[in-house]
Amino acid sequence: MSAAPLFTPPARDPARSFQDMILTLHDFWSAQGCVILQPYDMRMGAGTFHTATTLRALGPEPWNAAFVQPCRRPTDGRYGENPNRLQHYYQYQVILKPSPSDIQELYLQSLAAIGIDPLAHDIRFVEDDWESPTLGAWGLGWEVWCDGMEVTQFTYFQQMGGFDCKPVAGELTYGLERLAMYIQGADNVYDLAFTSAGVTYGDVFLENERQMSKWNFEVAETGALFDLFAKAEAECRNALGAGVPIAAYEQAIEASHVFNLLQARGVISVQERASYMGRVRDLARSSCEAYAEKMRPEWQAKYPGWNLV
Amino acid sequence: MADFLLELRCEEIPARMQAGARAELEKLFRRELDAAGVSAGDVTIWSTPRRLALIARGLPLATEAVSEEAKGPPEGAPDAAIDGFCKKAGVSRDQLELRDVKGRMTYFAVVNIPGRPMAEVLAAATPAIIRDFSWPKSMRWGVASISTDSLRWVRPLSGIVALLNGEVIDVEVGGIASARETMGHRFHSSGGISIASADDYAAKLRAAHVIVDHEERQNLIRERAAKVAADAGLRLVADEGLVVENAGLTEWPVPLLGRFDETFLDVPPEVIQLTARVNQKYFVCEGTDGKLANAFVCTANIDPVDPAVVVDGNRKVLAARLSDARFFWEQDQKTPLAVHAEKLSRITFHEKLGTVADKVERVAKLARWLCEEGIVAGDPALAEQAARLCKADLVTEMVGEFPELQGLMGGYYAAKEGLPVEVAEAIRDHYKPVGQGDEVPTAPVTVAVSLADKLDTLRSFFKIDEKPTGSKDPFALRRAALGTIRLITDNGLRMGVAEGDLLDFFADRLKVQQREAGVRHDLIDAVFALGQETGNVEDDLVRLLARVHALQAFVTTEDGTNLLAGYKRAANILKKEGWDSTSRLPGLDPGPRSLAVEEEAGSRLGGREDESLVLSYTPEPAEKALIDALDTAAPLAAQAVEAERFADAMAALATLRVPIDRFFEEVTVNAQEADKRQARLALLARFRDAVHRVADFSRIEG
Repeated sequence: MSAAPLFTPPARDPARSFQDMILTLHDFWSAQGCVILQPYDMRMGAGTFHTATTLRALGPEPWNAAFVQPCRRPTDGRYGENPNRLQHYYQYQVILKPSPSDIQELYLQSLAAIGIDPLAHDIRFVEDDWESPTLGAWGLGWEVWCDGMEVTQFTYFQQMGGFDCKPVAGELTYGLERLAMYIQGADNVYDLAFTSAGVTYGDVFLENERQMSKWNFEVAETGALFDLFAKAEAECRNALGAGVPIAAYEQAIEASHVFNLLQARGVISVQERASYMGRVRDLARSSCEAYAEKMRPEWQAKYPGWNLV
Repeated sequence: MADFLLELRCEEIPARMQAGARAELEKLFRRELDAAGVSAGDVTIWSTPRRLALIARGLPLATEAVSEEAKGPPEGAPDAAIDGFCKKAGVSRDQLELRDVKGRMTYFAVVNIPGRPMAEVLAAATPAIIRDFSWPKSMRWGVASISTDSLRWVRPLSGIVALLNGEVIDVEVGGIASARETMGHRFHSSGGISIASADDYAAKLRAAHVIVDHEERQNLIRERAAKVAADAGLRLVADEGLVVENAGLTEWPVPLLGRFDETFLDVPPEVIQLTARVNQKYFVCEGTDGKLANAFVCTANIDPVDPAVVVDGNRKVLAARLSDARFFWEQDQKTPLAVHAEKLSRITFHEKLGTVADKVERVAKLARWLCEEGIVAGDPALAEQAARLCKADLVTEMVGEFPELQGLMGGYYAAKEGLPVEVAEAIRDHYKPVGQGDEVPTAPVTVAVSLADKLDTLRSFFKIDEKPTGSKDPFALRRAALGTIRLITDNGLRMGVAEGDLLDFFADRLKVQQREAGVRHDLIDAVFALGQETGNVEDDLVRLLARVHALQAFVTTEDGTNLLAGYKRAANILKKEGWDSTSRLPGLDPGPRSLAVEEEAGSRLGGREDESLVLSYTPEPAEKALIDALDTAAPLAAQAVEAERFADAMAALATLRVPIDRFFEEVTVNAQEADKRQARLALLARFRDAVHRVADFSRIEG
């Protein structure tokens, strides 16, 4: 009987494996001192909704984190027939607070780590400011182009939940499928190598896209969705009343996604749309405000002289 | 003499803000130097995405010493007054001088301000420039942003080079200290680059793959992009906006030509060009046949290891974009425009004006009416059909993606559907004319729909009292009015364009528009003023302009100038004598609508007012001459006006010039005999009236 051999991790191969690309980004940002989080276990439209981004952007405390967040955009579903569009895809989020002075260099190094040579590929920072009325948030930054393709959103958060960010956080959002298609030279997302052992993105997600597109557009019971929206809204208020704003924020995210499903089902008229968006915005902003208010004494104790507003 | 170099480095400045930033940098630099009493002289400003640079040559080494004198209170004034003066002047009491002012000894403060070294001036000016710099949008960043008072800049500021004759001017702003080191190209250069002075700045950067002069980059892009196209046997479609934008996105621009799949050329060329330009900032090319070619020119910011790799990446992105465009193009065609148009009932046009469908309904009726009335020589049924479909493309996928293609896409879809060519053209062009240089439609069905659309917009917003005020014109009503004026005048459409407030609004727009064509606004007023007393105001713009043009030709002649002088003299006398035109000349209605009636009234007037025809005395020769001239000219002018022969009307008036001049020279209006005086005033009133029928000369300047 010999002892079990020690496990030696194989070298990453980000140019030929989707998961190795993700793991390389984890390695890179972990080495920069980031907390490597797992995805938030709720349905959401963008990584920015993750509490590690929204709620942690509030307050004076430093916070550095990186994580993959699955995103759901029901109306972008194409039944698995479009080579670029998906109703479920991944974003890689990095949040660095306060924004380090070498944040652009760090970002470019992370691209180099996954195999993008800036003298072989044309990398550009093109103005793209970000605003989320839902979150009461805005920031300035760029979309980063690689040979004309937008591969990352780069934002300096200026406000969140209606509050000035003090200090400002830098947010990087990599579009993982796009980057991988680029690095692997694939023209169709389903052809991406998920692993270097022959499993493709299509093997993992194609059937999922077919069924979920059908459900999003054709099947989801709209009466139940309207009901879910109302329940999430009520529960958000309940949580706010009970002084647990993180729980309230989760219900705001839930309401937001249910609203997106209702949109995909085409049962919300133009006039109603604005009203629903207003309700979601109200939930999200109330939750952010309640969270900031709840944390305020602790933040001010740790950072004398710091104020929320 | 000294040369100053200032470089402000930061993370990528949006391309669209760079021209404004250059102007701002120069303005603030001059402001600071002016405040120090130095004229900035020759200043060069450059920009790249990562830096703003300023070079000022020939600055003095120091500011000039100045001596300032202030006169204070007289000797013996209360101490409080003298102390107050010292405080204000910034001197102590023993520094005051006493001088004799008109025999009275008076205190003077003399302050000698020594010249300041230029380095000191610039060390103070540089932080002030940075702190006061105004960007369209600015931000905070980094550790310092824990306070909202931290420095703001368009993107994080990363470095300052400040050299006066090669010496570093020490400044620190937002934690960034000045130095002589700058950075070269983000990828083609590494480490700091030491700048000796303003003289080697551009050359050192060039060696580090940065062309700091934005104009040089623009020229390079313009020329190389044209060349790569020509090398492929194509012609670049020039786009100056893209040249400037790409120069604002690159420090080392390298235009590269790529090809896309030919099958995409099924999509309308405007869509391809817009997709390429707006989303990707690519130029497009034409073949020798003048048609859009399957080629694009992108502008890289590097000398790539293998240009084919960069081109291929860009090609894929464009292909994905064009696939989307083709999907929209095909998807939109699956639904007839008439069915798309049904969805317009879900779009609010304005909360008080209903939906877009409601607007379309009004436009359709109006377009039909314009043709039925013969105002526009189009087929009423086609005009109505086109109007009903003209907004349908607003709900198509393509226009949702590219709003600037509204109209154009509707035209394409109508043609694909096999609708009559007049209808497709009307849908395509009904927004025209948009800008000043934009062509004005002439096809009758198009004219009907375009005019109906604009008139409806104007009438509707005026009805709910949403009129433009000052610089605010949220519904672009000024543009709609100008478009209406051009449609009417270019096509010679005969119609009453509006009434009340809206007509006044048209009059204002017309004056603005005609000023550029050299037409005097007072002459437009003189014609618009006709019939104001009776409410029968000229609302036919074609007739109005014909009259104004004839009037302008006339009043600039010697006859015209003299007749105007005679008119004013007559009018003044009548006014002084309390000769009220409305009471004395009943029924006079110069409004163009009722010219026939007007003429009858005129002749009745002549017959009734005996004093003008049958005199109780023998008129003097000059008086008789004027009466005769009026007897001939007045009906001629009136007839000419009626027939819209305005030049003839002016010619008839011209015959009055010699008689009126002679009348004033030889005849005493204010005669002692009451009957003579009355008759002569009546004659002047007749003269004034005859002139007034052509235009309200009292409104004419001069």
